[in-house]
Amino acid sequence: MSTTMTGNEKQSGANSSPEQTYQSTYVPRFDIWEGEDELLLLGDLPGVKVDDLDIRFENRELTIHGNVSSRYEGEMLFGEYGIGDFHRSFTIGDAIDAEKISAEMCNGVLKLHLPKSEKVKPRRIEVKAS
Amino acid sequence: MLNTRWQPVAELNRLRSELERAFGQAGQGRTAASARVFPPLNLWESDDNLYVEAELPGFEMEELEIYVTGGNQLSIAGERKPPEFEGGAWHRQERAFGKFRRTFDLPCDVNADAVSATFAHGILTLTMPKVEEVKPRRIEVKAS
Repeated sequence: MSTTMTGNEKQSGANSSPEQTYQSTYVPRFDIWEGEDELLLLGDLPGVKVDDLDIRFENRELTIHGNVSSRYEGEMLFGEYGIGDFHRSFTIGDAIDAEKISAEMCNGVLKLHLPKSEKVKPRRIEVKAS
Repeated sequence: MLNTRWQPVAELNRLRSELERAFGQAGQGRTAASARVFPPLNLWESDDNLYVEAELPGFEMEELEIYVTGGNQLSIAGERKPPEFEGGAWHRQERAFGKFRRTFDLPCDVNADAVSATFAHGILTLTMPKVEEVKPRRIEVKAS
């Protein structure tokens, strides 16, 4: 099966202007599921609240940005992971009904529904006996 | 410890190289430890408390087991169940699911009875009051 989506490597996480920001940007992990009616993106964005999310869909490019603010007070003793904004973009091959894109956030997991446009939904062709 | 749902070796390798590309560029510190142990932990302190934080997106608080034993042994265990959908097809599966358990030696003894945990937006934060003996003491210097 051909993959309908490709990660956009140009923007994968690397901080473009380190002088202006102190935090790094991280690439969140995503699962992508395709059903008959929609594409479903499930992404792990721990620490991101609904208000901190910026999701855009433009020219087949879906961009997800999650703001994460620094949250430690006191003296850091030991660190195994860094915190910073999450950023990822995907190029969507299928025709998507942009008006109907919806998203929900639960326990740090983003669930993004991308409903397919009517014209690309699989249609059952009726075969008539002649 | 945390198993991904990828079965074929080829797919695993592809996923690994993709993750290395993605995370390797993204920032130091995120890959080094998280490659083997789960979950990666951050630890910081104030005068009175030790704090431990872990990113556990998709987990439920009820499914997490947290123990402090022997004064400084922290143990965190949990399970994340994979999402299930009827039919359809997966184009990408980068997230990991399954059971984990991690034990960790805290740098000082804490009062196990007073440990508190919060879980919000996929982040677990433990607040562990230090035992009196290890709290920093301010020495008053008197002018003589």
